[in-house]
Amino acid sequence: MMTNPGNRLTQGQFSFLPDMTDAQITAQIKYALNKGWAVSVEYTDDPHPRNTYWEMFGNPMFDLKDPAGILMEINNCRKTFASHYIRVTAFDSSRGVESPRMSYLVNRPKKEPGFGLVRQESESRMIRYTVHSYATDKPEMERY
Amino acid sequence: MSEARIQIATDTDTVDLEAEFKASNIQEVLEKLDRELVGLEPVKTRIREIAALLLVDRLRKKFELTSETPTLHMCFTGNPGTGKTTVAMRMGEILRRLGYVREGHLITVTRDDLVGQYIGHTAPKTKEVIKKAMGGVLFIDEAYYLYKPENERDYGQESIEILLQVMENNRDDLVVILAGYKDKMDKFFQSNPGMRSRIAHHIDFPDYQPVELMAIAKLMLASQNYRLSAEAEKAFKEYLKIRMKLEHFSNARSVRNALDRSRLRQANRLFGRKGKPLSKDDLMTLEAEDILASRVFQEGRLDDKV
Repeated sequence: MMTNPGNRLTQGQFSFLPDMTDAQITAQIKYALNKGWAVSVEYTDDPHPRNTYWEMFGNPMFDLKDPAGILMEINNCRKTFASHYIRVTAFDSSRGVESPRMSYLVNRPKKEPGFGLVRQESESRMIRYTVHSYATDKPEMERY
Repeated sequence: MSEARIQIATDTDTVDLEAEFKASNIQEVLEKLDRELVGLEPVKTRIREIAALLLVDRLRKKFELTSETPTLHMCFTGNPGTGKTTVAMRMGEILRRLGYVREGHLITVTRDDLVGQYIGHTAPKTKEVIKKAMGGVLFIDEAYYLYKPENERDYGQESIEILLQVMENNRDDLVVILAGYKDKMDKFFQSNPGMRSRIAHHIDFPDYQPVELMAIAKLMLASQNYRLSAEAEKAFKEYLKIRMKLEHFSNARSVRNALDRSRLRQANRLFGRKGKPLSKDDLMTLEAEDILASRVFQEGRLDDKV
């Protein structure tokens, strides 16, 4: 049985839904801005679930009032890294939180080969499992 | 069926301009403009025209008579203290009411905020400012400093190019207002014809008349809960007459500074009459002597000059 048809990456919010339109992305950014969170755009071609720190596309955007500027950066990033994963993160700097409140994908490669499960035999027939992205067998920038 | 549907009017329908006008609350903004800004007739006329255009555009949309979004980039020229920044601040609010910009906030910048220090510094800096201003109004004060012809390696040009591009492509997202003194702005536009053609509205702010300055002074005092006594009013009229002939007269700004100094003198005067109880009236009223003590009267020169 295919557990995840199309091998779509499911990380962050809304990832089980169809890709968001620009209008939907704008609405989500607006929500974050209304809450006073700093929105940033990040990209990667190594989507391992434990790869927390993605590359930043420009600095996080502080003091913005309107989503148009962020959407402009997202589109710039899509143009530069057309077949990378791109996500939008909203960082809440208020005391006691100081961590991302939102994170969702806004761009994914056309073909996503997905992840394989690697089994390592260790001592006393113990099995260690690890998740391995098929794409990362290739060098950077050639993966998707 | 609770879906919101956009109603498209048929050819024979009529729409009510009056009703639309009331619905937009624009009257309130225009009245506030009239009330709080003294004089400035050409400016008010232009703002009324823009408001009318945007309103009519909105009605045209109901008939699906689409036209391109009008460019609303503006250039304010005028002497110091003629209310350029104040009007720009109002502009954001007016445009938001008319639905032209989404947020209506004002970002005020000067050359420092746009132009970088080294190669590759300018573009990100300018873009960051532009992103902040999106959905509102970007107000560039003393815009002519962006272009420094005497230094060909100046990064100002790069900033201008980015601005031009955004002014053309992101017309829906932000309104750019340039401000500066008339002669310097004219020179700036001469060397940047692209900038000139992208700005639809060139508004000149006239200098204030003495009567208008008096009205401004009263407005300023009223907002701070002060008032002039009858003699003080006479003295202030006299003060304005002399001050306007002196150098560095900057209209409303000079008025504000003069009033601030009289407040200082009033406080000092009240302090001087130790022991006597003060009434609310005493605390509120500026007397003639507070104004006549100015050096403008005594030596015919500016107060703040030693």
